Amino acid sequence: MFRFISYAIGATFIFVLILAGYTDLKAAADAETSESDQVREEYHKYNKSVDWSWNGNMGLGVFGGFDNQQLQRGFQVYKDVCSGCHSLKRVAFRNLQEIGFNEAEVKQIATDWVVEVPSINPDTGEADTRPATLADKFPEVYPNEIAARAANNNALPPDMSLIAKSRPDGSNYLYSLITGYEPVPASFPESQKQEGLNYNPHFHSLWIAMPPQLSDGLVEYADGTPATIDQMGKDVAAFLTWAAEPKMEERKQAGIGTIIFLLIFTGLAYIAYRRVWADQKH
Amino acid sequence: MSFGWSKPYEPTSALGKWFDERLPVPRLVHGSLGGGYEVPRNINYFYNFGVLAGLALVIQIVTGVVLAMHYAANTEVAFSSVEHIMRDVNYGWLMRYMHANGASFFFIVVYVHMWRGLYYGSYKAPRELVWMLGVVIFLLMMATAFMGYVLPWGQMSFWGATVITNLFSAIPVVGDAIVTFLLGGFAVDNATLNRFFSLHFLLPFIIAGVVMLKIWSLHIPGSNNPTGVEVKGPADTIPFHPYFTAKDLFGVGVYLTIFSIFLFFMPNFLGHPDNYIEANALATPEHIVPEWYFWPFYAILRAFTFDFILEAKLWGVVAMVSAIVLLFFLPWLDSSPVKSMRYRPKARMWTYVLLADILILSWCGGAVAEQPYIIISQIAAIYYFAHFLIILPLVSRTETPLPLPASISEAVLKGDASTGAPAGITDTGRNAAPTAQPAE
Ligand code: HEC
Repeated sequence: MFRFISYAIGATFIFVLILAGYTDLKAAADAETSESDQVREEYHKYNKSVDWSWNGNMGLGVFGGFDNQQLQRGFQVYKDVCSGCHSLKRVAFRNLQEIGFNEAEVKQIATDWVVEVPSINPDTGEADTRPATLADKFPEVYPNEIAARAANNNALPPDMSLIAKSRPDGSNYLYSLITGYEPVPASFPESQKQEGLNYNPHFHSLWIAMPPQLSDGLVEYADGTPATIDQMGKDVAAFLTWAAEPKMEERKQAGIGTIIFLLIFTGLAYIAYRRVWADQKH
Repeated sequence: MSFGWSKPYEPTSALGKWFDERLPVPRLVHGSLGGGYEVPRNINYFYNFGVLAGLALVIQIVTGVVLAMHYAANTEVAFSSVEHIMRDVNYGWLMRYMHANGASFFFIVVYVHMWRGLYYGSYKAPRELVWMLGVVIFLLMMATAFMGYVLPWGQMSFWGATVITNLFSAIPVVGDAIVTFLLGGFAVDNATLNRFFSLHFLLPFIIAGVVMLKIWSLHIPGSNNPTGVEVKGPADTIPFHPYFTAKDLFGVGVYLTIFSIFLFFMPNFLGHPDNYIEANALATPEHIVPEWYFWPFYAILRAFTFDFILEAKLWGVVAMVSAIVLLFFLPWLDSSPVKSMRYRPKARMWTYVLLADILILSWCGGAVAEQPYIIISQIAAIYYFAHFLIILPLVSRTETPLPLPASISEAVLKGDASTGAPAGITDTGRNAAPTAQPAE
C-alpha cells in the first residue's frame, strides 16, 4: 500500500513537470528576445583585468597587500574628482592613517573637507555644521536622496564605501567602468540610444547617468606619477578596494599564520593517528 | 554502551569515583565518546563528517554569540552595525567571516554526511530514527540559515526573505494570513527582522538538543559501516577512544585548513555581491538567488511553471517541501535488506545518477530563470522524484545483491567483499540483531 502511494505521488509530480516542461518549451520556441536584451548582449564588454598589488605573485593573492603609495594617489582622485557626487560614509578620516598618511596630514584633510559635519549650535541649539575631525566619518555629500537625484539628472550616485564588494569582480569592474567610456559605435541601433545618458559598454545597461570623469592630467599627483586616465582609473579603483575591505592585509597575515599552524597540527595529528592504529587492521 | 564487550567505566582517581557516584558525567563521556563506545573497525573517512558537523555547529554558536554582542536588529542600523563589526570591532571581520563561511561549510559537511548515509544505507533498520532526526536537523538548519541571511539587511537578505516568505501565500484560503503572521506585517520590515533575529538565536540550541537525541539513538545500535553488515562480535569493533578520537582529530585538522583557506583568502567567494548593498524596498535586484546550499530546492521550486488544477506556485512549494520530507520515508521507500550500495550494483548506479542530478539541480537553482535552465531543472526534478518515489522502491524489490561478507572482520581480513559467503545476505536483513544485545 505504502509503495503504491509513493508511486502515485511520484507519478503526479512527474506528470505536472512534463506538462510544465512541454508548455515552457513551446512558449520558448515562439518567444523572441527583446531588442534591448539583444543589444545589451552584443555590446556589453567584460571587465579588463588588472594586475593588482594584492593579487600577489602568480595571482595567488596570499601574500599580496595594498600599495600605500597607490592608495594615497587613489584617495587624491576620489577627493578631487569623485567626492563631489559620491559619499564614502562608512570610512572615517582616521582610517586614512592606515594607508600611510600621518596624523597631521589627516587632520588637515579633515578640517579642509569641503562638506562639513552636521552639528548643533551650542548657543542657539539650532542645526549647524562644523569642520570634520579625525573621528568623523566622511560626511555625506547630499542631505538626502531627493537632493542627490535632483543634482544628478534623477540618477543616484551610490555611496562608494562598499562599491568594490557590491559588484562582481569589483576592483576590475571599477577600473573598467571608470576608464571604459567610448564613443557610441556607428552600428549601434538608433532606437536603443538613451537621451541624456552616457555610453559605457562596461555598465550593465550600457547607458550610465554618470558622465565620463577622467581626462589625462586631471589631478596632479603629489608623488609625481603622470596622471593618465589609465593610472587614475587603477589608483581610484585600488583606493575603493581598500575602502571596502580595509582589513584585507590583517586578514591575510592572520591567514598565513593560521594555516601554517594548522598544517603542522594536521601533520602531527596524522602521525598520531597512524601510530594509534598501527596494531589494527581496518 | 551498545555492545556486551564494551569496556565499562572505571574511575581511576578517588575524585573521579566520588564524582561518578554523584553525577555520572565521566561515565557518560566514557560510554559515548571514550573507550566505552565500540565502533566498527572498518569505517572510513566519510565517517568523520558526523564529528565535523558537530564542530561546525559549535563554531556557528560561538561566533554567533559574539556577533550578537555587536549586531543591532533594527532596519535603520542593521546593515551599518554589520559594517561596524567589519571595520571597528577587534577581530570583528574574523567573527563575521567565520560565521558566514561557517554556515556554508556546515552545509557542505552535512551534505557529505547525508550522502554517506544514503550510500551505506545508514537510514535502514535499526537506525531509522537516527536518520529521521538528521532530517529534522537539516530542516532546522535550513530555517536557521535562511533567517540568518536576512540579518545583515542587504539587498539579497531583503529580497530573498520577500520571495521565500511570499511562497506561503500560495496556500489556499489561509496563505495571505500566514504570510502576514510570519512577517509580523504586510511586508518584510522591522518586525520581520526582529523575529528572525530572535529565532535565529534560538534555533541553533534546539539543533544542539536534537543532535543529542540523534547521538543517543545512534549509540543504541552503534554506527553503521561501509559493508552495511551489522556488528557480530568483538572482532568487528574497536573502542572510539583512542582510535577514532585520533582519526577525528586528523579530520578536524584537514577540515579547519580548508575552512581557513576560504575564510582568510576568499571570504566572499560563497556570498553574493548584492548583499553589500543595503536593503532597499524600492529597488529589486535583477536576479534574486538564495544562498548556494538552497539551490537544489530552489530549482525544484521554480521547475513548476504550469497551473494544473492548482496554481503553479503552489505545486512548486508542495514539491520543494516534499523533496525534503520524503527523506523521512526513505527507510521504507527502500525495502532492500542489504544496506550498503557496495553490494547493490543497480541501486548504486542510480544513487550516483542521483548525485549528478542534485548537482545539476544546484547549478540550475543558481542560474537565471531562463531557458535552457528551466527545462534542465524540470528534467532534473523529474529524476529527483522518480529516484526516491519510484526507482528506489522498484529496484530494491527486484535487484539481486552481491554476496555479503559474513562479518566486518572477515571483510577487513580478506579485503575483498566478493569472496564473502552469500549466506550473509539473509543475516543482515532488517530484523537481524547484533549478536550481543544492547547493554540496557
Ligand atoms: C557628476 C557627479 C559624479 C561624479 C563626479 C562621479 N560620479 Fe560616479 N556616478 C554618478 C552617478 C549619477 C551615478 C549613477 C549612475 C547610474 O545609475 O546610471 C554614478 C555611478 C557610479 C558607479 C556605480 C556604477 C554601477 O555599477 O552601478 C561607480 C562605480 C562610480 N560612479 C564611480 C565613480 C568614480 C570612481 C568617480 C571618480 C573618479 C565618480 N564616480 C565620479 C555621478 C558621479
